[in-house]
Amino acid sequence: MRRRSETVVALLLFCSAACAVAFVVFYAIEKLGRNTQYMGLALGGSLAFLAAALIVTGDRLVETEQIEEEYPLPDEAAQEQVDELVADTGRRFTRKRLLGTAAGLAGASLGAALITPAASLGPVLDTDPLTRTPWRRGRRLVDTHGTPLRADEVDPKTFYTAYPEGADHDLIGSPVIVARLDPGRLRLPRDRAAWAPEGIVAYSKICTHAACAVSLFRTPRFPPTQPRPAIVCPCHYSTFDPAEAGKVIFGPAGRPLPQLPLMVTAAGELAAGGNFSGPVGPSWSEVRNRRAT
Amino acid sequence: MLRRAVRTLDERTGSAPFLHKALRYVFPDHWSFLLGEVALYAFIVLVATGVYLTLYFEPSLGKTVYHGTYGPLRGMQMSEAYKSVVDISYDVKAGLLIRQTHHWAADVFVAAIVLHLLRIFFTGAFRKPRDLTYLIGLMMLGLSLPEGYAGYSMVDDLLSGMGLAIGYSVALSIPVVGANVGQLIWGAPYPGAHSFESRLYIAHVFIFPILIGTLLAVHLALVASRHHTQFRRRKADGQRRVIGVPAFPGQAPKSLGLMVGTAALLFLLGGLVQINPIWLWGPYETGLSTNGAQPDWYLGWLIGAMRLVPGFDVTIGRYTLVPNPLWGGLLFPTLVFAVIGLWPFAERRLTRDRRVHNVLDRPRDAPWRTALGAGFLTFVLLVFFAGSADRAYVSYNVDYSTQIWIYRALLITAPVAVTWLTRRICLGLQRSDEIDEEREAAEREARQAAQAPA
Ligand code: FES
Repeated sequence: MRRRSETVVALLLFCSAACAVAFVVFYAIEKLGRNTQYMGLALGGSLAFLAAALIVTGDRLVETEQIEEEYPLPDEAAQEQVDELVADTGRRFTRKRLLGTAAGLAGASLGAALITPAASLGPVLDTDPLTRTPWRRGRRLVDTHGTPLRADEVDPKTFYTAYPEGADHDLIGSPVIVARLDPGRLRLPRDRAAWAPEGIVAYSKICTHAACAVSLFRTPRFPPTQPRPAIVCPCHYSTFDPAEAGKVIFGPAGRPLPQLPLMVTAAGELAAGGNFSGPVGPSWSEVRNRRAT
Repeated sequence: MLRRAVRTLDERTGSAPFLHKALRYVFPDHWSFLLGEVALYAFIVLVATGVYLTLYFEPSLGKTVYHGTYGPLRGMQMSEAYKSVVDISYDVKAGLLIRQTHHWAADVFVAAIVLHLLRIFFTGAFRKPRDLTYLIGLMMLGLSLPEGYAGYSMVDDLLSGMGLAIGYSVALSIPVVGANVGQLIWGAPYPGAHSFESRLYIAHVFIFPILIGTLLAVHLALVASRHHTQFRRRKADGQRRVIGVPAFPGQAPKSLGLMVGTAALLFLLGGLVQINPIWLWGPYETGLSTNGAQPDWYLGWLIGAMRLVPGFDVTIGRYTLVPNPLWGGLLFPTLVFAVIGLWPFAERRLTRDRRVHNVLDRPRDAPWRTALGAGFLTFVLLVFFAGSADRAYVSYNVDYSTQIWIYRALLITAPVAVTWLTRRICLGLQRSDEIDEEREAAEREARQAAQAPA
């Protein structure tokens, strides 16, 4: 019986070795190319055979007995001694209060001093950068490749992502979503009456919930049959109504999508009529008190 | 040979007594005691594969154009970081194997910790004198979440970018100081300064691993110093003496086998089962996102929480006190960890049981703990599953908003129902135990009575 088990273990170990060699071969042979599967199989196999060998060894070949041991008990004498020692040392100080306060003060000040340089990690106190966007009156809307977007190109059946011409596309204030809506159905506040020439609207593409890009139009909240267009965020499905100034109609977002006023240039291209209606992106404490700058 | 080695070592380090003690360390035998070990072994694989990956990964957001092997991305602009991971996947030999193994190991690591935690909780192994060990374990779980998040975020593919955007918003949502905290961590408004990538990187490969490793060492030292707990045995004073197989030779081959077996599983997964194919997601830009994106499983509960919270910011006039992402992204996980972390102390208060416990409870032995634990687990699991409601929408066509309302309703009712039911089951099991005992006692008596005349 024992001999049998020994044979099994030896065989398993041989298999493990063979797989390990196979791994090296797979690695070395150029012709096999990207052979992640073979390599994984070989290396994993080698380890698996080794594991099996170990388990059979433990199960069949190692004689083991049950043993017992006492759970450790707390050593009260030692606790006592430590108490004594500390108390004894403490007793020699006469003005403990004073020294304690002074030490606390030194510790706290030094601690504060040591973490002060961490303030250079970012603009800690200045929150103005959060409101900045590259949009200015007259700045043209361009696509990813920098080609200006023409008003007559905006098809009502889809939506477009546009960026401010000449600015960094990756800034949180850059990307906007552009769509053409039925002008008769637009319900924008009165002061935004001129923001949507020919019914073309633009909103920040950054979700006001948690900064994902709102990249869904109508779906999945609105079956394609439902006539009302909606802008949807794929992260937590906040849904915004582009006809009603970006109002939240479903989901966790707390603010409407900031709207970008549009105008059409003499050449028929879309350009910003100013900055956004409010700060873009997720909320922070001051977000409702600030304007986009 | 061996004897020489032991002698040489002992003469110089005096380690023989310690070694002997270590070899005779007692392991009580139960399969569920091995879950923590699996986490440990996954951690070892993580460190090993992780070191390998750092040799190729480039933590830089500098822009470059891809000219590598993978056709669809050729000519595209991307960050150095993303490009280096595509290169690891396509042009470094065995690179994809190591990368996928690393990713799988992370998922298994957290899963093993969670299962281990459940085992510890439902058997009452967290009680004095092991409450400190428990808290340290919980801290490791808490650290492993941002560790994993930083890991997949620094790749700068589309999914990692979406994850970071959410993380940034959660930072911003901290009351009063959120904007300051967010800018401090990111270095600038989202997507942040270029140095943000280095910060993620050093957090992922140094700060968090060192913290986890240190806590791991303390955790293991504490386990060893207080000894393992054990289940109740007949005819043995389990409270005073621990019974089991010695580390050597009894436990050693089993544990080694488990270690090698865990590694085998991870490499097989890494080789055969694709995970996070970042070349398909493409590089991240602030203006891009994709539908149906899912984070790694261990962050799924946060997505779920953020989806279930109704849409409102708490405002005072024009001052925004609590932006919405705070609830799901920060308060919910904090609450969950707080409940788990404070439980041992709450239980001690409520049961007035301040004794030392070396013998485990079976779940039925502590009906209230088991019931409340099951209820709480139901709550967290429901939130977790809500995180995949959009998948259910796509796969089964159940309206998304309907699902959200169903989940909200279940969150209120199901935990209560589960708590009640679990308690009933525990009491039922206790009762049937009693009946069994009575029957056995009666049988014993009958046998004795039968033998007596003879
Ligand atoms: S980020 Fe858009 S809904 Fe959460």
